[in-house]
Amino acid sequence: MNFLPVILWTDALIFALLAAVAALVWFIRSQEHLLAPWRVVAQRPMAMGAALVLGVFVVIGLLDSLHYRERLADSPVDAPQYSVEVLSVFDALVSDLRTRKEKTYSAPLAMQLYAKEFIERDGATVRDHPRLQYGGAHLQRADARLPDITWRTLAGAAQGALTSVLLLGLLAAWQARRTRVSMGAWLAAWWRSALNWPARTVVFGVTLLLMLAGMIAQLASGYHVLGTDKVGQDVLYISLKSIRTGLVIGTLTTLVTLPLAIGFGIAAGYFRGWVDDVIQYIYTVLNSIPGVLLIAAAVLIVQVTIESHPELFDTAAARADIRLLALCLIMGVTSWTGLARLLRGESLKLRTLDYVEAARAFGVSHSRIISRHIFPNVFHLVLIAIVLDFSGLVLAEAVLSYVGVGVDPSMYSWGNMINGARLELAREPVVWWQLGAAFIFMFTLVLAANLFADGVRDAFDPRLGGRR
Amino acid sequence: MLAYILRRLLYAIPILIGVNLLTFALFFVVNTPDDMARLQLGVKHVTPEAIGRWKVEHGYDKPLLLNAKAEGTAQFTDTIFFQHSAAMFAFEFGKGDDGRDIGNEIKTRMGPSLAIALPVFVIGLMVNITFALLMVFFRSTYLDLWGVVLCVVLMSISGLFYIIAGQYFIAKLWNLLPISGFAGGIDGLRFILLPVLVGVVAGIGSGARWYRTIFLEEIGKDYVRTARAKGLGEVRVLFRHVLKNGMIPILTGAVVVLPLLFMGSLITESFFGIPGLGSYTIDAIQAQDFAVVRAMVFLGSFLYIAGLILTDISYSWVDPRVRLQ
Repeated sequence: MNFLPVILWTDALIFALLAAVAALVWFIRSQEHLLAPWRVVAQRPMAMGAALVLGVFVVIGLLDSLHYRERLADSPVDAPQYSVEVLSVFDALVSDLRTRKEKTYSAPLAMQLYAKEFIERDGATVRDHPRLQYGGAHLQRADARLPDITWRTLAGAAQGALTSVLLLGLLAAWQARRTRVSMGAWLAAWWRSALNWPARTVVFGVTLLLMLAGMIAQLASGYHVLGTDKVGQDVLYISLKSIRTGLVIGTLTTLVTLPLAIGFGIAAGYFRGWVDDVIQYIYTVLNSIPGVLLIAAAVLIVQVTIESHPELFDTAAARADIRLLALCLIMGVTSWTGLARLLRGESLKLRTLDYVEAARAFGVSHSRIISRHIFPNVFHLVLIAIVLDFSGLVLAEAVLSYVGVGVDPSMYSWGNMINGARLELAREPVVWWQLGAAFIFMFTLVLAANLFADGVRDAFDPRLGGRR
Repeated sequence: MLAYILRRLLYAIPILIGVNLLTFALFFVVNTPDDMARLQLGVKHVTPEAIGRWKVEHGYDKPLLLNAKAEGTAQFTDTIFFQHSAAMFAFEFGKGDDGRDIGNEIKTRMGPSLAIALPVFVIGLMVNITFALLMVFFRSTYLDLWGVVLCVVLMSISGLFYIIAGQYFIAKLWNLLPISGFAGGIDGLRFILLPVLVGVVAGIGSGARWYRTIFLEEIGKDYVRTARAKGLGEVRVLFRHVLKNGMIPILTGAVVVLPLLFMGSLITESFFGIPGLGSYTIDAIQAQDFAVVRAMVFLGSFLYIAGLILTDISYSWVDPRVRLQ
């Protein structure tokens, strides 16, 4: 085999989560009353646009979660040895971005290095910015750069737009066939937003994304679109790789939170008495410790454990991965209290309702009452909490990395990018692109998550009743 | 009222004990003093003697819970638990790795922390309420809709961005205020302005949106309808009735964070070079100074619990029915 599949712990959990979500979707599709609020979400243009952006991030994150190790070229086929570098399918797709390394910083779309060096020119040694090895290497003269960039941008946008028109045509043909109208009639309905889903927003969103992707692809084949970092690595590549870290922290942490919050919250509200006292005591204690400090203490401890057992990890990626998983665990353990308190209050109310009393009078067991009557009625709170927490967790990663208790320093993450670049602002001229890229990517993901969360909350929270 | 306060105070004691036991378990049982020594000394230079010396220097060379060698009460007092964890109840935090007394550091650093955190809190509260009221006044118009969208956008920006952008544009590019630093008295005002500005702006998104929901909940109530029915103008309804009643959840919600203001903000203080408790904590975390981190965990929980008690008292003050439960 030319490669050895590697399944890191977080990979396994991500795909387990994906399977769980797929199962949930399949279940919801079969239940009309569960499907109804999702129909409301699907009719909101803002939520659907946000979902589209989130979808792009998720796809990149998932591709980046299929890891493998390449066979060393000089090792025999029958007794292969594998590189210690763990790559992913995403790396393979963008291998150009990964391998085209410059010497050090270079500005976005530049063709010259940021630093000055002594170079030979016309027989004399002068001190100037040397040409980049890859960025703009196809250009003969410096003044050819702007026309080239303009041309590539336009070409990429045109490609994206064309693809989108093609896709719209296919969609129209398929939908027209399905609903037995002519294609023209369907397109007219689409344009008037007369369909039962925000088709215009979705199509325009896809068009914009495709055009953006086309432009980036066109430019990236000849330049470093977002410049390069201190060691010459392409900043676009680092930003894209950081998506997975952000998603893992946002989702796996919730996965840890949920069982704790649901179990303790419902138990406290349903059983009351001493169970309630004990659980309330636990979460007041946990809550009273400042979150960052508890996380810092726990991460320091995990660090000690990892340092003292180097034999457990065969690659640096595996070690960084365990640290990421530990961070998710720790953040999950410290952040379940809010949701638990919410669920406790709701269960306290639900247990006094007539149908629960009736079930108890019939002798239905506690576990059955909870699973049939209590849990389904608090599920919307759980769902709202999941989507609302996600963005907060992504933002928290950056802060924790700054404090020094975030993900492993060797891991690609927006927090590490910001941390590494913030001192470079003092330079003249300013190295802004690394910070800018990290903030823009983080902002896009968090904004999309927040807008989507708003849509979900409005649709599921009966208290809001259509009021925003 | 007094009995109620007393009851709340007694309720706080088991929680503080719980915090203390948890930190003890985290710092001394899960992670033994030997591990700490190894981390501090670096992987390469670890010898049993060096670890022993480090433990003696830091006073970690005693048994955890029970000293079998000692006599009488010293069996319990001459232990790590008594000297390092239980002692925190008397606010004796011992010394940090740099040899300075932690209690003294906390006393001198509380002032600078408060100098930033208090203005951010007070000004932030006023600004957020103003924005929220404006959105409520223009509710269900485009102004309100875009106000909410703007809030979501502001919320989605990382707190680090506000600080870095503020430092870069206001301090470095336009030279309006110093980038970082701190000084006492009136002279220190120019150092405080930028962190306070950044802190207030960073909080607008989530704060204004949250208060807007509170006001909207209030505006749907019957007494507001009555007020309108008797012919009061919208401005008068908003300020005389909605604002007044909406302030109850806002202020009682704000009380819980009041004591925590002493702790300062980790990130702001470290970026702006404020010699407060936040930067003290962050330095301790980065230097892996466990004694300081432990002390700050205890102090933070203590202040949080104080905030909880204050919240309970303020609730029972504005709503006397609570006291009877």
